[in-house]
Amino acid sequence: MAKIRVPAVEGWFTTDADQPALLGQHCPDCGTYLFPKTDLGCPNPACSGTGLEEVELSRRGTVWSCTDARYQPPPPYVVPGAEHEPFAIAAVELAREGLVVMGQVVPGVGVDQLPVGTEVELVVDTLYEDDDHEHLVWKWAPAGGGPA
Amino acid sequence: MTHADDVVVLGVGMHPWGRWGRNFVEYGVAAATAALADAGLPWTDVQFVSGADTMRNGYPGYVAGATFAQALGWTGVPVASSYAACASGAAAMEVARTRILAGRCDVALVVGADTSPKGFFAPTSGDRPEDPDWLRFRLLGATNPTYFALYARRRMDLHGATAADFARVKVKNAGHGLTNPNARYRKRVTEEEVLASPMVADPLRLLEICATSDGGAAVVLASAAFARRHTTEPVRVAAISTATPTYPNTIIDMPDFATDSWAVAAPPERPFKASIARAAYNEAGLAPEDLSLAEVYDLSSALELDWYEDIGLCKPGEAERLLNDGDTTLGGRVPVNPSGGLSCFGEAVPAQAIAQVCEVTWQLRGQAAGRQVEGARVGITANQGLFGHGSSVLLVR
Repeated sequence: MAKIRVPAVEGWFTTDADQPALLGQHCPDCGTYLFPKTDLGCPNPACSGTGLEEVELSRRGTVWSCTDARYQPPPPYVVPGAEHEPFAIAAVELAREGLVVMGQVVPGVGVDQLPVGTEVELVVDTLYEDDDHEHLVWKWAPAGGGPA
Repeated sequence: MTHADDVVVLGVGMHPWGRWGRNFVEYGVAAATAALADAGLPWTDVQFVSGADTMRNGYPGYVAGATFAQALGWTGVPVASSYAACASGAAAMEVARTRILAGRCDVALVVGADTSPKGFFAPTSGDRPEDPDWLRFRLLGATNPTYFALYARRRMDLHGATAADFARVKVKNAGHGLTNPNARYRKRVTEEEVLASPMVADPLRLLEICATSDGGAAVVLASAAFARRHTTEPVRVAAISTATPTYPNTIIDMPDFATDSWAVAAPPERPFKASIARAAYNEAGLAPEDLSLAEVYDLSSALELDWYEDIGLCKPGEAERLLNDGDTTLGGRVPVNPSGGLSCFGEAVPAQAIAQVCEVTWQLRGQAAGRQVEGARVGITANQGLFGHGSSVLLVR
């Protein structure tokens, strides 16, 4: 029986098969963005907005910087297999939102393929599995040729 | 020369860094006792105790001021305890300094100590998805070196830094700390050895990432009027900065998932890390050109290069040249981390910012045998703690 696919964290991203997106917030009063979402109102000290609106963030961005995890991270990280396989982690700049957002990079893509400025896009992938569930997370992948 | 309203460092002391595996209170008491002896004061003369908290040692860590006061013997002395992650020691010093400046006491003892776990720092256990520090491990597998490596990789791509540049920072600091009696690692290393050590977070290797250590450090702060009765050569606290970021903070900081947005609010003139020392210079009326030396928070070899720029020793992109010209090596124009830095100490979080002040004090007094910066008159410390805690202390002879 297929495992149930669930986000590893509730409400941080959509799991749309073709066009997944991070869920951030936009302040209608001053126009700023934020991720992850907050219940605390607009973070801009020049704005007293309280009516932040949920918004899908840009699915594409450029690499701000990149590294990898050669050693197994400590818990609560869950190793998604029999043993740790190094994976890359990227900080990605989103132009419209003026944000840099971190994420794991999809398996098989290394630091050498992601110099500063490389265009990447958001995908949803497995973070780890247990008996009944496949826990999902957002990851960055080299951008495909499709529309942004 | 001090003025009546100055605050001075009257005594400093440390318990050596290492992996001793004992109760952190022992290290704090040893450091406090050494600092009081250095000041020539009995414990019973202390009028205020300011403790820097450790998060890993249960309630005695969270109430550090009281813990150290009890261990030294209850005297009824008022206490405070400060948490500012890696900057906790500076925060505790600032509490003591402002207490003295307010005229509420003449002499205060500041203490920080830690017993550290082996390996990567990890968040408090349990299922705590509302805590960003827990979530970054769960969702990203992002350890502290992940963030250090993001800065290092960007330095390479933007400024042309090389793996060899980073390795040479480690070589320099290992040389500086060789004879420091309080340093944990006192061994010369070569560039080849650094570059042959295992990669932890590309481009940073094992020998380039600071370890976690046990240790304790203490300082005795006093009003200048009080200090005159005890010393003829006090080291003056010219400034303490405990700056936080200004919105929007556009450089990703541990343990965050994202930066602030610069979509509508322009980034501040200086990024957070550069604003930390700037606040100290502004308070003291001093400039980077006045420095004899600096103790900066080299959590990684590459991060030390960022600090050269952030404390104003050079412009962005010029740190590698400074390093390779020998400017920041003992004997150079402005030695950085003459103590050996975190590279030789490893990090004992609540003690570390205090240890930086101990080193600068010894340097300004001419007591840093084997690593002395000749004729040192002005020294700065710089440090950035998790959750937006900056710290910088400017000391003047």
